[in-house]
Amino acid sequence: MADRSGLRWSPWNLLLLVPLLMLVTPWFNTREPVVFGMPFFYWSQFLWVPVGVICVLTVYLRTKNDGVPFPDADPDVDDLDEGARR
Amino acid sequence: MIQWVELVVFGLLFLLVTVLGFVASRWQSSGSSMDHLDEWGLGGRRFGAWITWFLVGGDLYTAYTFVAVPALMFGAGALGFYALPYTVVLYPIVFLPVLRLWSVSRVHGYVTPADFVRGRYGSSLLAFIVALTGIVATMPYIALQLVGLEAVLRTMGLNGTGFAGHLPLLIAFVILAVYTYQSGLRAPALIAFVKDILIYLVILVAVIYLPARLGGWSAIFGAAEQKFAQPNPTTGQPTGSILLTGNNQLQYITLALGSALALFLYPHSLTGVLASRGRDVLKKNMVALPAYSLLLGLLALLGFVAIAAGSKPITNNATGRPDTNTIIPVLFDGQFPDWFAGVAYAAIGIGALVPAAIMSIAAANLWTRNIYKEYLHKAASPQQEARQAKLASLVVKFGAVAFVLFVDPQFSIDLQLIGGVIILQTLPAVAIALYTRWLHRWALVAGWVVGMGYGLYLLYLIPNPAAGKAHFGGSALTLDKLTVVGWHPFAGSTVQIYVGFVALVLNLVVAVVVSAILHAAKVAPGSDATAGTDYHADEGSSRLKPVADTPVH
Repeated sequence: MADRSGLRWSPWNLLLLVPLLMLVTPWFNTREPVVFGMPFFYWSQFLWVPVGVICVLTVYLRTKNDGVPFPDADPDVDDLDEGARR
Repeated sequence: MIQWVELVVFGLLFLLVTVLGFVASRWQSSGSSMDHLDEWGLGGRRFGAWITWFLVGGDLYTAYTFVAVPALMFGAGALGFYALPYTVVLYPIVFLPVLRLWSVSRVHGYVTPADFVRGRYGSSLLAFIVALTGIVATMPYIALQLVGLEAVLRTMGLNGTGFAGHLPLLIAFVILAVYTYQSGLRAPALIAFVKDILIYLVILVAVIYLPARLGGWSAIFGAAEQKFAQPNPTTGQPTGSILLTGNNQLQYITLALGSALALFLYPHSLTGVLASRGRDVLKKNMVALPAYSLLLGLLALLGFVAIAAGSKPITNNATGRPDTNTIIPVLFDGQFPDWFAGVAYAAIGIGALVPAAIMSIAAANLWTRNIYKEYLHKAASPQQEARQAKLASLVVKFGAVAFVLFVDPQFSIDLQLIGGVIILQTLPAVAIALYTRWLHRWALVAGWVVGMGYGLYLLYLIPNPAAGKAHFGGSALTLDKLTVVGWHPFAGSTVQIYVGFVALVLNLVVAVVVSAILHAAKVAPGSDATAGTDYHADEGSSRLKPVADTPVH
């Protein structure tokens, strides 16, 4: 929920940290196992692309309606006027 | 020798996008006109998910990326593959901040990141610094698009000496400048469709067809390993490796992370973001844009394919030196039938035009909003703003052409390298400010000054013995050289790190310490024009400022 500073928190957002694990290079900086002639270093990094997509997709689906289309949290008089017109 | 078949195919596709570029000016809803920056500079702020995907994709993955990343793989090996982790960690990192920036910009009608800083801190100095950094970082980036385009033109045989050698490039850019002037952001948005379809086609064909032709991936990696094992004649060190070494792992990590943090600070990335219709469009794009990451990873591997195919970089007749950026065009030239090589060149060439157009629009927006209107003509009407931005876009593009014409292309590459380091220094004022105002405006100025100075100093210290350069030889700093007022905390270490990252850390430390002091001294923090709920406003909200709203004076 929005507080006065406008910060909101959803635990799902933590999923966005998962792809950062890809930056731990010692995990995959090896030649074996080779797949289709490609060292592990290369093909394993391609696998992180779907991991990143799934994490962002999950956060997207779980926080879909986080915007404030209407009614606004603290509309002033002018906003209320325009809101009535819609 | 001129490759006629390639040239004709290239010419036809170039003609197609030229027509599209001019047609784009008619693509707008009735009643709106190009007399407002929201229309010319942001395409009316109503691009949906598909257009945004093509536009932002066309914007971020530039012609230079397409020639430079494989060229780095060709030259140095595994390090060049940083492009893949860079684009994987990119979207999770920017997902939340970009949404906040979109919302606050729509509520207040901000067109540039510097507009936001101006509103958030009430400081025209800080906004000026952010705008200036953006313009300086973008200019060499545009010049590099020309370098990419010229690499293609020269491979097709238009490799003249002196001014005649640059003439084809000049013609291509005059055409681009005219339709961008006319159609604004809608021109690159429309052309991006052609660009991306061509690029996907070419890369997919290349990564399936070429390995089959050259004996499979194991033969390709074998050839690469053999090449890198040979010592460099100047330094006596191996030229590269197909795995990361103990010395460049940290460089790989910090380069990927630093590049990811920097990308959405570039004004042209934010232009694509602010042109979209709503938060949902952006979220969908953050999920779908990694499709380009796969492409970039595959493309990077073409650097190794070029080694296996025995491709040799072409000597640029204007500078007289071999240009590794021609390695991918040369590979296509040698391995594909002429007509398909023409398609591939068109993909790279058009891939240069889209980002060049968006970057020039972004730089023009910064100039107009944060320098012209702020300092030169405070009472400028929206019509005058739009006019000024159109003219500025011409100046920016011809400035970039002049760069390529009169300055060694290597200088553009060096400047682009510096560009990445300096744009990172706006992170505290733009990205962190989206969440908190705790960092004081004067502390942000201090952090920027220190980060910028230190970053440039470190870049100055980096030599490149292989290229015979004593300074500005790359962005990989050996920790041994890292100095804090004469003290070497990592003396003797040969581990390398990305300079931009070091400078950003120092910038943040200074900003935090100075903020704490200024808050304790109760120095006025300036006024904040934004409210908490502004950062969540979505399409349909009554808080949003109407598009192309003309203020009453």
